[in-house]
Amino acid sequence: MMQKQGVIYQGYPSEEELSRIPGVPSDERIKKGPVAFIECAQEIPCNPCEEACPFKAITVGKPITNLPALDETKCTGCGTCIAACPGLAIFVVNGSKEKAEISFPYEYYPLPEKGDEVDCVDREGRVVTGGTVLRIAKSQKYDATAVITVQVPKEYIKIVRGIKRLGRS
Amino acid sequence: MKNTEIAIIGAGPAGLSCAVEAARAGAQVTVLDENLKPGGQLFKQIHKFFGSREHQAGIRGFRIGQNLLEETEKLGVNVLLSASVYGIYEDGLIAYIKDGRDHTLKAKKIVIATGASENALAFPGCTLPGVMGAGAAQTMINVNRVLPGEKILMVGSGNVGLIVSYQLLQAGADVVALIEAAPKIGGYGVHAAKIRRAGVPIYTSTTIKEVLGEEKVEGVVTVSLDEKWRPLEGSEKEFRVDTVCLAVGLSPLTELAWMAGCEFTFIPALGGHVPIHDSNMETTVPGIYVAGDVTGVEEASSAMEEGRLAGVACAESLGYFEGQKALELKQEIWRRLDALRTGPFGEARFRAKNEQLNARRKLA
Repeated sequence: MMQKQGVIYQGYPSEEELSRIPGVPSDERIKKGPVAFIECAQEIPCNPCEEACPFKAITVGKPITNLPALDETKCTGCGTCIAACPGLAIFVVNGSKEKAEISFPYEYYPLPEKGDEVDCVDREGRVVTGGTVLRIAKSQKYDATAVITVQVPKEYIKIVRGIKRLGRS
Repeated sequence: MKNTEIAIIGAGPAGLSCAVEAARAGAQVTVLDENLKPGGQLFKQIHKFFGSREHQAGIRGFRIGQNLLEETEKLGVNVLLSASVYGIYEDGLIAYIKDGRDHTLKAKKIVIATGASENALAFPGCTLPGVMGAGAAQTMINVNRVLPGEKILMVGSGNVGLIVSYQLLQAGADVVALIEAAPKIGGYGVHAAKIRRAGVPIYTSTTIKEVLGEEKVEGVVTVSLDEKWRPLEGSEKEFRVDTVCLAVGLSPLTELAWMAGCEFTFIPALGGHVPIHDSNMETTVPGIYVAGDVTGVEEASSAMEEGRLAGVACAESLGYFEGQKALELKQEIWRRLDALRTGPFGEARFRAKNEQLNARRKLA
C-alpha cells in the first residue's frame, strides 16, 4: 500500500507541503547565507516566532492560526526563532559555503560537543549522513532548548533535520 | 464548620487561575485538592506551551504552574491539600475528607474545576502490569522521575500521545512505535515531527490486537484496520515492548456537578456529558460554576482562561467590582479564549463550546 504523503499521515510536512508554505525560503536565498526554514504547515494557534525575531522577518498576524510567513530579505539567519518555537519546527540552513550548515533545536541529554562527528538524521529519523558539530548554543532565554549546528555535505541541506540521539553512558 | 466566600474544587490550571482572579478582586478564596501538591497536570508539562504571549506561549507548563502558585500565595489564597471533596449539598455546603477526618465548608460560590480522567481501552492483556495511561507515564517520568519501562508502545496520536512519546524519549526510554486507529494523525504535526525525527514510526489505521505476557507486558500484537475500522486479517505486527501507554482521550470528571444537580448536555467533541454553563461559567444551579476540562476536554491554556472567567464572574456576583470593570475583564478573557479556539484544530471545539452555551440559552 502506498504511504500517503503529508503531515497528517506521516507526521512531518511532505516536499509538496513545504514548497507551498510561507515559512520556507527560496533556493536562491539559501545559497546566500544562513536563513530560517520554518516547517510549520498547520494552522495552529501559536505565534511566539513572530515576537522572537529581532528583525521582524516573521509575520503571523491575526488570527494567530495564520502560518508564519518568512521575509527572507529581512532574515539574517540569527537563529533566535529556533528555540522560541514551542513546536521545535524552525531550522536555520546555510548554503553559502562548501558544506551545508544546519541548525536545529535539541532537547535531549547528553548533548554532543563541538567538533564531534555525529549521525545526522532526516525527518523520519533515518541516519542519512555523518556530520560535524560546529556549535552548540545554550542560553537562559532558550530555556533548556539547545540549538545545535552541524556541517553536512551540501546535498543534505533540505534533508538533515537533526542528529541521532546519543546513548546514555 | 468553616466558611469561605468562594470555594474552588481542584487546584489545577483552571482552579488556580480562578483563585488568582477572584482573590485579586478582593474575595476570600479557598481551594481544595485531593492531591498532595497543587498544580494538577501543569507540573508534568515540561514542554513549551503554544498560543501567544497573552496565553504564556513559549513558556514551559511547569513554570506557568509555579507562577500561578506564587500568585495564589501572594494573594493569600487558602489551599487545602489532600482534601477529597465527596459532596456538594444545598446552600453551598461542601463535604470533604482530610487527614482521615470529615470536614465541611460553607461557600457563597462554588467553582468545580475537577479536570478530566484518562480513558481506558479494552483488549486481551489490558490488565497486565505495564499497560498504563499515557498521563500516568508522564507523571512517573516528569514528576517522580521514574521510567515506566524501557521499550514503549504508544496508543493514540492526539497531542497527549505525541507529547508523552517525546517526553518518554527525553527521559531515556525507547518508543518503539506509536499506533493510531484513525487514518490520520490526530494531534499537531509539529509534535508528530519531533518524534518522527527521533525515529519513532507512526502507524495510522492500526490498533492493538493483544498484549503478550503472563505476569507483565512482554510484547504487543497490532493489527491494521480497513476503511470501516475492521481488522485486516494477516496485517498483524509484533513488537517487543515492556510498556503500553494509552492516550485514547479523556473524560470530564463530572461527578460533583451531577451530584449538585447541574443540568448536562452530551457533546462528543468535548468528551461526552458536560455540564451546561453560561458565558460566566455558571451552571444551571445558581452559585455553582465550572471551569477547565470538567466543562469539556481542551487543554491547559483554555482551562486557565475559563478559570479566570469563573473567578471574575464569582467575584463580580459578590459585588467586588465597580462599574464596567468585570465586564471589560470578561470580554478580554473571551477574546483570548476565542483566539485559542480557531484554526482547523480549534474550530471543532469552538463549535462544541457554542453548542454548550446555546444549550444554556435554550433553557433560559
